[in-house]
Amino acid sequence: MSEGKNILVKDGIDRGTVDAARALESDKYSEGFVTDIEMELAPKGLSEETVRYISAKKEEPEWMLQWRLEAFQRWKEMIEPTWAMINYPKIDYQDAHYYAEPKGAAKYKTIDDVPKEILETYAKLGIPLKEQEVLLGVEGAMETAAAARETPRVAVDAVFDSVSVATTFRAELAKSGVIFMSISEAVREYPDLLRQYLGSVVPVTDNFFATLNSAVFSDGTFVYIPKGVRCPMELSTYFRMNAKGTGQFERTLIIADEGAYVSYLEGCTAPMRDENQLHAAVVELVALDDAEIKYSTVQNWWPGDAEGKGGIYNFVTKRGDCRGARSRISWTQVETGSAITWKYPSCILRGDDSSGEFYSIAVTNGRQQADTGTKMIHLGKNTRSRIISKGISAGKSNNTYRGLVSVHGKAAKARNFTQCDSLLIGGDCGAHTMPYVENRRADAQLEHEATTTKLSDDQLFYARQRGLGEEEAVALLVNGFVRDVLQKLPMEFAVEAQKLLEVSLEGSVG
Amino acid sequence: MLELYNLHARVVPEDGPQREILKGLSLSVPAGEVHAIMGPNGSGKSTLSYVLTGRDGYQVTEGSVLYEGEDLLALAPEVRAAKGLFLSFQYPLEIAGVPVMTFVRAAMNAQRKQRGEPEVSAPDFLKLSRIAAQQLRIDPDMLKRPLNVGFSGGEKKRLEIYQMLMLQPRFMILDETDSGLDIDALKVVADGVNALRGEGRSMLVITHYQRLLDYIKPDRVHILSAGRIVKSGGPELAHELEKSGYDTVMGAP
Ligand SMILES: Nc1ncnc2c1ncn2[C@@H]1O[C@H](COP(=O)(O)OP(=O)(O)OP(=O)(O)O)[C@@H](O)[C@H]1O
Ligand SMILES: [Mg+2]
Repeated sequence: MSEGKNILVKDGIDRGTVDAARALESDKYSEGFVTDIEMELAPKGLSEETVRYISAKKEEPEWMLQWRLEAFQRWKEMIEPTWAMINYPKIDYQDAHYYAEPKGAAKYKTIDDVPKEILETYAKLGIPLKEQEVLLGVEGAMETAAAARETPRVAVDAVFDSVSVATTFRAELAKSGVIFMSISEAVREYPDLLRQYLGSVVPVTDNFFATLNSAVFSDGTFVYIPKGVRCPMELSTYFRMNAKGTGQFERTLIIADEGAYVSYLEGCTAPMRDENQLHAAVVELVALDDAEIKYSTVQNWWPGDAEGKGGIYNFVTKRGDCRGARSRISWTQVETGSAITWKYPSCILRGDDSSGEFYSIAVTNGRQQADTGTKMIHLGKNTRSRIISKGISAGKSNNTYRGLVSVHGKAAKARNFTQCDSLLIGGDCGAHTMPYVENRRADAQLEHEATTTKLSDDQLFYARQRGLGEEEAVALLVNGFVRDVLQKLPMEFAVEAQKLLEVSLEGSVG
Repeated sequence: MLELYNLHARVVPEDGPQREILKGLSLSVPAGEVHAIMGPNGSGKSTLSYVLTGRDGYQVTEGSVLYEGEDLLALAPEVRAAKGLFLSFQYPLEIAGVPVMTFVRAAMNAQRKQRGEPEVSAPDFLKLSRIAAQQLRIDPDMLKRPLNVGFSGGEKKRLEIYQMLMLQPRFMILDETDSGLDIDALKVVADGVNALRGEGRSMLVITHYQRLLDYIKPDRVHILSAGRIVKSGGPELAHELEKSGYDTVMGAP
């Protein structure tokens, strides 16, 4: 780790204290290491040149470049939103690199070309890209159902800073017609699909951060599930920010054609740095008639230290379009990281009888700030939506749920159920719930429940009297609080998420 | 097994003035014995149970507590638990979202971990649970519900003893376990408690009524009043109390 050297030592605090504190932090955030690898960066700053640089790097067709440039023009006229309950110093958009790739990344043709430092990075994060391929290579290894169950197969698109470095199980997925590749490749290989769908859910000018993303997005994942196909395995993208002084602007597009089904997972981590790094992603989902998309996120970006130094600024636009009749989209998110989270995964319920779900666990500790929630836009008849949000605040953090349920004039018999629960740990944190409702239909059925609970000392004592340590007790009680959402996550992810909650809340009591 | 000597303790409420509750309490419970503590409302019985188990908000200002020769007051609550100390709460707490079995299994494993023992396996745990539930006539479905949430007063008490049977503690404090139990339940619960009686295990049974002591026969009975043991005797002391009340009994020489 080369990071330690740049710590500014404040008056009166000796080096040793700073290092000790840092070591403690790194105990908690085991993903906070830096991969030492030669990088190629775009020059600092954001201009038309930057946009052209990125587009050239990706060897993009002209239409894509024009798309980006238009977005950039629009962005220059836009104003950063200020309505969220978050506070941060003004971001200097000229003081960052908008593109970072490991040297020679463009030439990775197979997994064997990927430098071992990067493979090791993912292995360390619990994502053995290589082993997965090897397993696949063993003929018949997956033949029996039992073996398949024991080794849950998850195809991974590994995005390292601005590039996708490897995408596993592609060939096997292609057999069922599933397209799973980095969005950069998709722009070249499937221009028709891209032109049809890119920006069709989150328009280029949707909001400040989405427009910025549209101009400078680097990599992300493209998924297309053909008609009637049930994707044979879980798909996932693992986002890793590594380079210093860079932002990550990923773009993901998932299309489930008529009657298709896919479950997609997203994970993210970054090294511990003293600086704040910007992450502004756009995710678009399209579900056609009778299609279903389940999108799960475990967001574990570096949250900054206990004093609020460093950490990722996470400004993300995620939206799903239930375009077809009877289509379904569900968002499940576990948000434990980031210094700032600004994120509202939403569903546009356009198709008749379509349904949208949002299950969220947002944890804030230290000085973290989260303003997150969802929008359910009911346009079609008999559309249903369900929102379960669990906010946990500890330390000196602030956690806001912001939600909108909007029932339009043609959305006959729309139904929504919203439940927002907040759990406070300690007396210095804040929880806020802001549910907005717009209803144009007398026959709509909208239910809302909200609770705020304080983790009580009495409960903690009760658990400790039975033998549980303080932190075990907190973990157990918190798990009880989030149980119904955890159950929505795919099995392996739920275990991961549970561990993450424990780590995130370490030191929150006592 | 447990020796209290000249124990003084005060409540330190977050708001409100501090007050001395235990005022020089001395008591000795040898291994294998069951001692009953009786005393008027507000005399400090529950306070004693909290001081022994290490609840925040109580401060010991004088005196000592030795548990198997060790300074009990120096240990964290969970450490005391792992060493075999168990409190059946007068007012058990509700733990939302955590099923009874999940809670007890976590507790059991936490204790085992502290003692350097291996975790209990799922089948072993289920077996133990089935036996304990049967003994206490607890409907197995109840054990899948969040701990104490929406349980009746009597059910909560029964669940305290279920936890006790599961955790197999060596020193048990029962704080008014009989209150809230119907007559049949009292007998069932007492049988459960008696199953744990034996060599090397001791109990402190806090109660207002003789009836519980008919089932759980104490070796000694102590009367706690205004933070002190004012009278001790054999089981007959409880009978006397029931007949004549505290004033007469405490007034007697
Ligand atoms: N946290 C507290 N704040 C203020 N006073 C307290 C607190 N805890 C206990 N007390 C007081 O200490 C005294 C002893 O209380 P305790 O609960 O120990 O009595 P008890 O003998 O168990 O009574 P009961 O038979 O009614 O259960 C009471 O006067 C009570 O009001
Ligand atoms: Mg009491």
